[in-house]
Amino acid sequence: MPEGPITSVPGGQPGVSRRNFIKGVIAAGATVSASAYLFRANIAGQDSSLPGSVERLITLNVNGQERRVDVLKHETLAMTLRYKLGLTGTKLGCDRAECGACTVLVDDVPHYSCSVLTHTVRGRKIVSIEGLAAPDGTLHPVQQAVVDGQGFQCAFCMPGFVMTAVGYLKTNPNPTRAEMAHGLSGNLCRCADYNKILDVMMNAAEGMRRA
Amino acid sequence: MPAAIRDVMPAFELFQPTSVADTLGLLERHGADAWVMGGGLDTFDWLKDRLRKPKVVVDLSAVAELRGIKDAGGGIEIGAMTTLTEVATNALVKERFGLLAEATGLVASPQIRNQGTMGGNVAQDARCWYYRAGWPCYRAGGNICYADTPTAVNREHAIFDADRCVAVNPSDTAPALIALDAQMVVRRGASELVVPAQDFFVGPGVDITRLTLLRPGDLLTAVRIPGTWAGKQFYFEKVRDRQVWDFALVNVASAINASGNAISEARLVVNGVSARPYRLEAVEAFVRGKARDEQTAEQAGALAVRGALPLRHNAYKVPLMKALVKRAIRGAGAWTS
Ligand SMILES: Cc1cc2nc3c(=O)[nH]c(=O)nc-3n(C[C@H](O)[C@H](O)[C@H](O)COP(=O)(O)OP(=O)(O)OC[C@H]3O[C@@H](n4cnc5c(N)ncnc54)[C@H](O)[C@@H]3O)c2cc1C
Ligand code: SF4
Ligand code: FES
Ligand code: FES
Repeated sequence: MPEGPITSVPGGQPGVSRRNFIKGVIAAGATVSASAYLFRANIAGQDSSLPGSVERLITLNVNGQERRVDVLKHETLAMTLRYKLGLTGTKLGCDRAECGACTVLVDDVPHYSCSVLTHTVRGRKIVSIEGLAAPDGTLHPVQQAVVDGQGFQCAFCMPGFVMTAVGYLKTNPNPTRAEMAHGLSGNLCRCADYNKILDVMMNAAEGMRRA
Repeated sequence: MPAAIRDVMPAFELFQPTSVADTLGLLERHGADAWVMGGGLDTFDWLKDRLRKPKVVVDLSAVAELRGIKDAGGGIEIGAMTTLTEVATNALVKERFGLLAEATGLVASPQIRNQGTMGGNVAQDARCWYYRAGWPCYRAGGNICYADTPTAVNREHAIFDADRCVAVNPSDTAPALIALDAQMVVRRGASELVVPAQDFFVGPGVDITRLTLLRPGDLLTAVRIPGTWAGKQFYFEKVRDRQVWDFALVNVASAINASGNAISEARLVVNGVSARPYRLEAVEAFVRGKARDEQTAEQAGALAVRGALPLRHNAYKVPLMKALVKRAIRGAGAWTS
């Protein structure tokens, strides 16, 4: 199979958007064939009796739910979230730990999910943008501040910024604007909407203190 | 060369041992086929670019004994798997060795520090883009340096001690650790080597394919910092093109023991200028016993850059390094005029 960009759609049916294709595949339970394309699985003879050997079928704690999922050894968390669990709110910008679009929380700490092997976060608490709102749909104060302040332009970077802000505010609930900027410095915005993003995140911090 | 997004990385067998003993067993069993992974942030670029295709990856994230910062008789011991964020924010590190906390806090970005490890930071490979793009240069086992040709782009490369390869050591923590007389604890099979940080890093004359003395199968378990420099006067500065993510063009670390205004003992280390963090022993000797003033700083700066051999595009590093050494002597807080 040719090496292609991760974003290609097998078959390339005209009129089918990538997002709908992915969601369709996941809904139809056809993840196995899709992931075979995406990951080109190679499970060469594994010997599970050795110390430290790894089972592919694992349970992940994602957004408060236990999810059974078949994870390749070399699979990144961003790929598992997006293409196995259908959580496409986590974006892939660079796939190189250089933009922050893929940021999720692992045990409350912001990580670049493009640069985390899924097997290294077994048994840890993973939260993506889909897991922030309360079960009744009430938005997280950071999300609410984004909605109220309309702090983004295209918003491709937004889920990453929101996750980083949520993680950062856990370590510093009362940041100055400069501290907030430093806390968010591992996220890029291609639209360079930084001032508005900072405004919104400062409002979010206030919202969280009041909540 | 821009990084292209391709599908994840080549397949490998993954092991997640839970003890140092099991880790060493796996490394011995798989020899040169095995790749040790800390936080993975240096590792993934190599794999995603298909420039390294290890058959086996040994992930250290489940080895609890490699994590954490311990008080060790006035000094500290930092487990190799301790994250950079932990090092930068740990109360003991900040109180005794603010130099290391500061250097660590300037690495990459918050998310990278949340995951990148102490061990991975000192063991990371060269960032020369010819090498990182897979060109078959000396460091990659070939017999040419693409960064040292008349048309090469070498603004980030070495001004000292080049030997065929002109790449630099990219680590921000390395100069701080050397300035603090740290020791690296390395497990090599059944034996344990305790190596001064300064000797842990090697230049191309010793081994052109590696920046450290770590060989396949070796495991760095901890970094020990003795109490010698605890609470002394420190200075760290990193100059980079942008304030996040970027590696140092030049950075400087100094530790100074002063009585009154006189320097009784000093350590000065600069990185980003040679394949090994560049310790300025001649400058250290020169400033010993001198007043900590503008004149000493000026002379130290001039002495520091003696013998520099810039390439076509990196002559700016000479005055930059000179200025940083001056500031590192004058220091923060201790002495101003
Ligand atoms: C975008 C980006 C920007 C960066 N900017 C900076 C910067 O500004 N300053 C800086 O200093 N660094 C920077 N780095 C480099 C580096 O990735 C991080 O500093 C980090 O500390 C690496 O740690 P890790 O544990 O993730 O490394 P890993 O990728 O896990 O390991 C790096 C290397 O060390 C080896 N290794 C790791 N642990 C051990 C061990 N215990 N024993 C033996 N070998 C081991 C691995 O085999 C590998 O070869 C940057 C990296 C990226 C991707
Ligand atoms: S500087 Fe070193 S790493 Fe870069 S091309 Fe030359 S030999 Fe290779
Ligand atoms: S996609 Fe992970 S940091 Fe850019
Ligand atoms: S709003 Fe467009 S990338 Fe940030």
